[in-house]
Amino acid sequence: MQKLDEIQKRLLLEVADLHTVPEGAYNIRSNSEAAGRRSTANIEITSKTDVSGIDIRIKSGTKNESVHIPVVLTQTGLKEVVYNDFYIGEDCDVVIVAGCGIDNCGNQDAEHDGIHRFYVGRNSHVKYVEKHYGSGTGTGKRILNPGTEVYQEEGSTVEMEMVQIKGVDDTVRTTKATLAAGAKLLVRERLMTHSSQRAVSTYSVELNGADSSADVVSRSVARDDSYQKFDAKIIGNARCHGHTECDSIIMDNGRILAVPGLEANDIDAALVHEAAIGKIAGDQIIKLMTLGLTEAEAEEQIINGFLR
Amino acid sequence: MLEMKNVSFTVNVDGEDKHIIKNISLTIPDNKLIVITGPNGGGKSTTARLIAGIEKATSGEIILNGEDITTLNVTERAKRGVAFAFQQPVKFKGINVLDLIRIAAGKRLNIADSCEYLSAVGLCARDYIDREINSSLSGGELKRIEIATVLARGASLSIFDEPEAGIDLWSFRNLIEVFERMRKTIHNSSIVIISHQERILSIADEIVVLKDGEIEKHGSRDEVFPELIRASEVTASCSRQ
Repeated sequence: MQKLDEIQKRLLLEVADLHTVPEGAYNIRSNSEAAGRRSTANIEITSKTDVSGIDIRIKSGTKNESVHIPVVLTQTGLKEVVYNDFYIGEDCDVVIVAGCGIDNCGNQDAEHDGIHRFYVGRNSHVKYVEKHYGSGTGTGKRILNPGTEVYQEEGSTVEMEMVQIKGVDDTVRTTKATLAAGAKLLVRERLMTHSSQRAVSTYSVELNGADSSADVVSRSVARDDSYQKFDAKIIGNARCHGHTECDSIIMDNGRILAVPGLEANDIDAALVHEAAIGKIAGDQIIKLMTLGLTEAEAEEQIINGFLR
Repeated sequence: MLEMKNVSFTVNVDGEDKHIIKNISLTIPDNKLIVITGPNGGGKSTTARLIAGIEKATSGEIILNGEDITTLNVTERAKRGVAFAFQQPVKFKGINVLDLIRIAAGKRLNIADSCEYLSAVGLCARDYIDREINSSLSGGELKRIEIATVLARGASLSIFDEPEAGIDLWSFRNLIEVFERMRKTIHNSSIVIISHQERILSIADEIVVLKDGEIEKHGSRDEVFPELIRASEVTASCSRQ
């Protein structure tokens, strides 16, 4: 087991709000090595034998338990692909906190590609929180390419909160989900890019069962010379409800491409998309200035609220 | 005390100068509630925005408590004690009522203190403190929250641009009570309300009538109010004929 240094601890705090060892089950991965693991009576974490990564098995009926699986990288030039599979039984109610922090002070790129697969059993409720964060003064890039696959059985609910606010130079996020009857998927993505960063986020959600529903909402801010692409597709193959929303603020020379896509293959599929891109409304800034904030402070408040 | 000296405001529309405010001079003394009224397009809102710094005067001086604030921006004027309630309250995404009241107060007010400002404008604080300031709130609710933020500023000059616009009668009655209370507790500060409403005019200490960018009349309520009422009755009877 590896001992965590101060930078690694700071990264853990950023991505998982962890000051100390978390309650419940956890697996902490640091520079491709295990830095701590605990299984519980209901949640078992084991290493994969064929590829890098872990299997997390959650017993049916597990309620009000949590799993933390943060990853930190502080070694320049390190590239890794990790597969984490979650097998969630029936009638569970669990919180899963993932996240990756990279601190790259060197001149080589550091990259973590995490592939997460979720097999969610009937009537289970999963809340998944994923935070990405980068820091470090090196010229090497901080690259994160998360791939998320969600397979939801009847009546299950998955809430996903994905946040990437700072310091990740390049990211390609791919999220796929398939939903059986009565299943529900809620996605809240918050993204901010700076300097010359690039972020691509692609969603493909298939609503296969009757009365399944998906609500995919992204709020993003592109500053400086950064670029973002948001590509969200919902496919309705049954009587279902789908909604995707991309709400973006551009600043400086930031650029955003929003590509909402809907495909209805059933007469009772009801699908909606909304997309809005624009700079901060001038009257919002003026209002906050009349309350005594400077223009820069006003912008900060507006962005903070927007990405809350 | 606020003094406007020979203030003009001109905009250029399609290569032609349009004089919105024409060389007005106006003093707003401490401990007074002043209502600025007059026909639409007369320059009332522009005058309010010139005082807050949202528009910059083309010429003239604006003096607040002895200091020339003519060249100061909105923030600097706000810090010197100017508060402004918008005619159309601004909506946000992700900023809630508590955030805005705290920003207005300039400190991390506790929830109980923040709630007092909401109660003062007739809102049940518990139901609103966590609400986002967006379209889920009605026009009347937004308006009252707007006024609560001005109360929270504790400013030496509070300006309300048509507070009655866009609110229902029931909310309006509440609003009058708010201003009456403010009028009573006014202390080393002054209130300017831009309004057409008789009820608001009736609680003014002084009334200013602004027409075509000029001050047509300025005097105590007892001087100006009866004239205005007579004028409106004449207009009403004309329109009946």
